[in-house]
Amino acid sequence: MAVSLDQIFILLRDWFVGFLPAALRPAAGVLLGVIAIVCVFPGLFALTTVFERKGLGRIQNRIGPNRVGPFGLFQPIADGIKSLTKEDVVPLSANAAVHFLAPLVLVVAVFMGFAVLPMGRNMVLVDMDAGLLFFFAMGAATELSVFMAGWSSRNKYSLLGAMRAVAQMISYEIVLLLSAVSVVMISGSLSLPKIVDAQNQYSHGLPHWYIFTPWGLAGFLMYAIAATAETNRSPFDLPEGESELVAGYHTEYSGFKFALFFLGEYLAMFSISGLGTTLFLGGWSAPFSFLTWVPSWIWFFGKMMLSIFVFIWMRGTLPRLRQDQLMNFAWKFVLPFTLLNLVVTALWRFMGEGWARWVVCTVILAAAYILTGWLEMRRKHIGPRSYRYAE
Amino acid sequence: MTPLATPLAGYLLVAALLFAIGLAGALTRRNAIMVLIGIELMLNAANLNLIAFWRFGPHPEALTGMMFAIFSIAVAAAEAAVGLGLVIAIYRHTNTTELDKINRMKG
Amino acid sequence: MNAVFYILAALTLAGGLATVLLKHLVHCALAVTVAFAGLALLFLQLDAQFAGFAQILVYIGAVAILIVFAILLTRGSELPKGGVFSSTWLVGLAIAAGVFAVLGWAVLQSVRAVPQQNAVPVVTVHDIGNALMGRYVLPLEIVALLLTAATIGAVIVAMHEKERQP
Repeated sequence: MAVSLDQIFILLRDWFVGFLPAALRPAAGVLLGVIAIVCVFPGLFALTTVFERKGLGRIQNRIGPNRVGPFGLFQPIADGIKSLTKEDVVPLSANAAVHFLAPLVLVVAVFMGFAVLPMGRNMVLVDMDAGLLFFFAMGAATELSVFMAGWSSRNKYSLLGAMRAVAQMISYEIVLLLSAVSVVMISGSLSLPKIVDAQNQYSHGLPHWYIFTPWGLAGFLMYAIAATAETNRSPFDLPEGESELVAGYHTEYSGFKFALFFLGEYLAMFSISGLGTTLFLGGWSAPFSFLTWVPSWIWFFGKMMLSIFVFIWMRGTLPRLRQDQLMNFAWKFVLPFTLLNLVVTALWRFMGEGWARWVVCTVILAAAYILTGWLEMRRKHIGPRSYRYAE
Repeated sequence: MTPLATPLAGYLLVAALLFAIGLAGALTRRNAIMVLIGIELMLNAANLNLIAFWRFGPHPEALTGMMFAIFSIAVAAAEAAVGLGLVIAIYRHTNTTELDKINRMKG
Repeated sequence: MNAVFYILAALTLAGGLATVLLKHLVHCALAVTVAFAGLALLFLQLDAQFAGFAQILVYIGAVAILIVFAILLTRGSELPKGGVFSSTWLVGLAIAAGVFAVLGWAVLQSVRAVPQQNAVPVVTVHDIGNALMGRYVLPLEIVALLLTAATIGAVIVAMHEKERQP
């Protein structure tokens, strides 16, 4: 019973595909998977927009949208109708072809990334041998669409926002890749289902997720920081900072094209969180060995939505970083730390089982963190905090 | 158009045509950056040649062609970086990127 | 010779032609990105998955963005007065046509002499890793040195010169 609930989507797909002749079955199976992804993730996007606005509202001591439907849950429908019926304003001197293509390139590149995520046991759309490399290649293609959007609008602020966004995305892309490389070193494969299989083991009831190892924790934190920067989320959202650049590179977009950018940004958040859970949080495996009866796809989506919740929490809480601060942070702190993490991962691999490698790795990472923090903060003077209240 | 004898010939002809296009771009355009773009096209055409020969050649399991192509991609990226850095430095000095105007060493 | 190859070849060549013929530099940069994408798909059709994904990651994700940044930093958006083609464009075109003629003739003459291996080679990333660390470790290290030198060199060349205090 538990097994069939776990594999229910696979069984449904096989049942549908069984009606077709044998030659068409693989293609039809993949097509059904594509349709499922295209339906599920935009649906999650709609839910997340409400989640975010209510969540941010509560963090900021107000109630979010609550007019449309119970607790404002039908708000995305209202937003969708609004964006579909709004007039599509294209600036007169804008480059029409590039202006039109930019949101398309973004959404296509982001959707392709979902093809390699294992969303449950046996539930990956394409099991590629170099799946992780494919995912990062699709992520690299999104940077170009950001630039296309900013440049084609013929607007100085859009161009400025686009250049900042691209510079930020390139800097943090290296951190993203290097923190994933440490996982590849230990699991020995670039194929995402195999990485999940390597974490799907339990000892004394506790799972072998990589986040529970010293290098995995450091790698996960680096990955989370880089993921926040890659998707231009707060506190790294200067390129689309509302108070500085109106809306950055998507200032001149209105109506459905803006909705496509919005969709693309949230889908990128989903896919990067999905990859983060696959690499570090064990993908679809359960946290304790007595919980494996819960279907695997519930664990995957649960962990992914938990990461999204952390993104929303960070947006509501942390102040925005300035461009030079975030570039400094990337190149002078996070990147050297990630390189050190690679060395520590290699040490972990070659020291063999036992408590010695835990102690050594933890000590090295903690010492490096404290040392680099001290080096960076030497010249900054932070005095005692002072508060001013309105009288 | 005559039907191509083998798939390998098709890939090699595409690579040759792309190389010629890149060469034409590098030789006929005025802007220094266009010359670099033409060079990138030529390197890509050579990579296509390498991979096509790897796939249709006698020993694909030796991976020689693919390795060569991967190293070529890495070297081309490095060369593009240095080349574009040079173009930016020259622009700072002479305030132009047109090759006709960067002729102070002439005569 | 299937239809997919013709479509991809047409896409790549169209991108290449557009790169060379368009007037505005940013359009040329975007057209060369289309050519890179077409080539990556051709690599995937040739069962070279790692090379295809590396092509997308490096060329589209890094080189194209580098080109675009350089165009923006050198005011390439303004069209030059004398046109975009140099005065000796006919000679350049003739040379390119000559090169293509020689290469095409060489390909069509000699392709029957090469033994054709048509079975699909199964290449896993594991094999590539083994090859990189085994047989090709020296080129790997040299490329690493080259990339380091290129990075440092590019930073130094493009750096702002410090103002001399009088």
